[in-house]
Amino acid sequence: MGHSVARTAAIEARRAVKTFGQGASAVHALDDVSLTIENGEFFTLLGPSGCGKTTLLRLIAGFETPTSGHILLDGQEITHLPPNRRPVNTVFQSYALFPHLTVAENIGFGLKMLGRPRGDVAARTAAMLALVKLEAMADRKTSQLSGGQQQRVALARALAPEPKVLLLDEPLSALDLKLRKEMQTELKRLQTETGITFVFVTHDQEEALTMSDRIGVMSGGKLLQVGNPRDIYTRPANRFVASFIGETNFLPATVERGGARLGCGALVEIDPGSASGAITLAIRPEQIRLVEAGEDGAIPARLTDLVYFGTDTHCHLALSDGEEVVARVQSPANGEAGLARGAEVGLRLSPGAAQVLGE
Amino acid sequence: MSAAEKAAEADTARKGWLLSTPALILLLVGASGPLMIVVVYSFLTPGQYGNVVWKFSSDAWTGIFLTQDIFDGTWHLADAHLSIFWRSVKLALMTTLFTFLVGFPTAWFIATRPPRMRAFYLFLITIPFWTNLLIRTFAINQIIRNEGLLNTALMGIGLIDQPIVIIYTDFAVFLGMTYVYLPLMVLPLFAAIDRFDMRLLEAGYDLYATRFQVLRQVILPIVKPGIIAGSILVFIPALGAYVTPRILGGGRNMMIGNFIELQFGQGRNWPLGASLSVVLLLIVMVALVFYVRVSTREGRSG
Repeated sequence: MGHSVARTAAIEARRAVKTFGQGASAVHALDDVSLTIENGEFFTLLGPSGCGKTTLLRLIAGFETPTSGHILLDGQEITHLPPNRRPVNTVFQSYALFPHLTVAENIGFGLKMLGRPRGDVAARTAAMLALVKLEAMADRKTSQLSGGQQQRVALARALAPEPKVLLLDEPLSALDLKLRKEMQTELKRLQTETGITFVFVTHDQEEALTMSDRIGVMSGGKLLQVGNPRDIYTRPANRFVASFIGETNFLPATVERGGARLGCGALVEIDPGSASGAITLAIRPEQIRLVEAGEDGAIPARLTDLVYFGTDTHCHLALSDGEEVVARVQSPANGEAGLARGAEVGLRLSPGAAQVLGE
Repeated sequence: MSAAEKAAEADTARKGWLLSTPALILLLVGASGPLMIVVVYSFLTPGQYGNVVWKFSSDAWTGIFLTQDIFDGTWHLADAHLSIFWRSVKLALMTTLFTFLVGFPTAWFIATRPPRMRAFYLFLITIPFWTNLLIRTFAINQIIRNEGLLNTALMGIGLIDQPIVIIYTDFAVFLGMTYVYLPLMVLPLFAAIDRFDMRLLEAGYDLYATRFQVLRQVILPIVKPGIIAGSILVFIPALGAYVTPRILGGGRNMMIGNFIELQFGQGRNWPLGASLSVVLLLIVMVALVFYVRVSTREGRSG
């Protein structure tokens, strides 16, 4: 690791492998994952269900030990430390609130177990109740709360002992859309206010893009790409990342001098020297503009379908070699502005729109 | 609610009462009836050859706690009676505690197995019920008596020269009752643990609780209804146990049940037997009220 930055690693996974079962039926939940999460960062592990993101989170929490590899916290080896001796707390997907305790008792539980004086526990609990705006609910049983309120209690409970790292396992998946949006903002606010490192697990790419400082995209137990949301979106490392995050057109092409030649004969500009031979290009729908047919340098295409999405309209297009492309254009304020099925149009790509994918 | 709906609801309630009449009659005649007879008998005079003479007497009640000296007529505390009560309560409590200590890990083990294995283990737990209690108790007798399996084996391998005297002691009664009542503790505990959300264990560990603290602060409070149900199911029959102390305790280590039986048999003192029965019932009721209060206090606190 050559880069020396002022920020230190809060969590480090070194070649972590987790295998469940043995022999032919063994499941490789994590396949040689190395990852550094920096202090004070909002880091998101993104991937479809079964991709290993929750397993990685459980290794950090201490609920599982890796089959091989190491987990470090603040540079200290914690691979085999039990969960109750790690300064790491978890917000569980099911919340896992203690049904026999009140809201305040739930929040104070961690501090009580740490043996903090009663007065400190009470003061900290009150502060956490204020932080998540649940002062009025302190003496309620958790079963009397709504889903969003339970979510806040789970957050406050995990934040109360001031962990070095807060782990969040798909905490918003049980909430309805409106509440989820609210909680996204709320989570981001809490992270900024407390300065605690958040490791957030989700399968929702939009959630990941809007909240994270950095995202790690996972699939099949492997970490495919790590980067900030902009990088992940604009420069996906491979086809999986490109298709999992946002919508993308995939087009086969051949590298030539000065660009990549599509099947329809058009030459598209790509990063020079980035690839050779037969490649796949990823082009985001919003990077494609529709222009008059026959305009100089435009790729000729025929409009096969129009799907109205409110602010956007998705234009389904066929290139001359039959390849399908979707372009997203802003819906005109009035009418359809002359676009009609079967119309011959020209396509232009924004600079840098065509990304060469590794498989 | 409209008038029609109210009328319909009242009608349903009436029908409900009507339908439960057979059960109510059965309860009245089958449960309260005999109980009333017992209470009435406890205030009568014993007949010479058993039965009762219809003449009011409170002797049976004073006789529980006091005995009159045959020679000088002074009253003394009935030590023998009190020690029987004390032994009964002590053995019943010990049995309850020990069945819990053994039953809790057992129930936990079963509840954490895969569903198919769970059914199998529960089936194993119920196997003892297939055989008569008397036969099972005699089997224990065969194991622990001086020339029994245990002592023969221990002497055979040379661990002891003299048989360990277990049979006809309080310990033998305790052992027998623990064996007999263990399933009654395991089953309600299993039901409670089965409902327990195992994810709470991780939440506990995550929040710095040690294994013991998770047990004490998370598991036990949540499965408490099962613990209370199991304790009631064990304590009540253990307190009135009759067969086990008779076969394993011999004549000396009587419990209330045996003492009551004695009054109706050789003792020929039906009123005393009746009053003892009422006292037994009262102890059970006190225990029940205590349990109910403990459990509802917990429920109200939140």
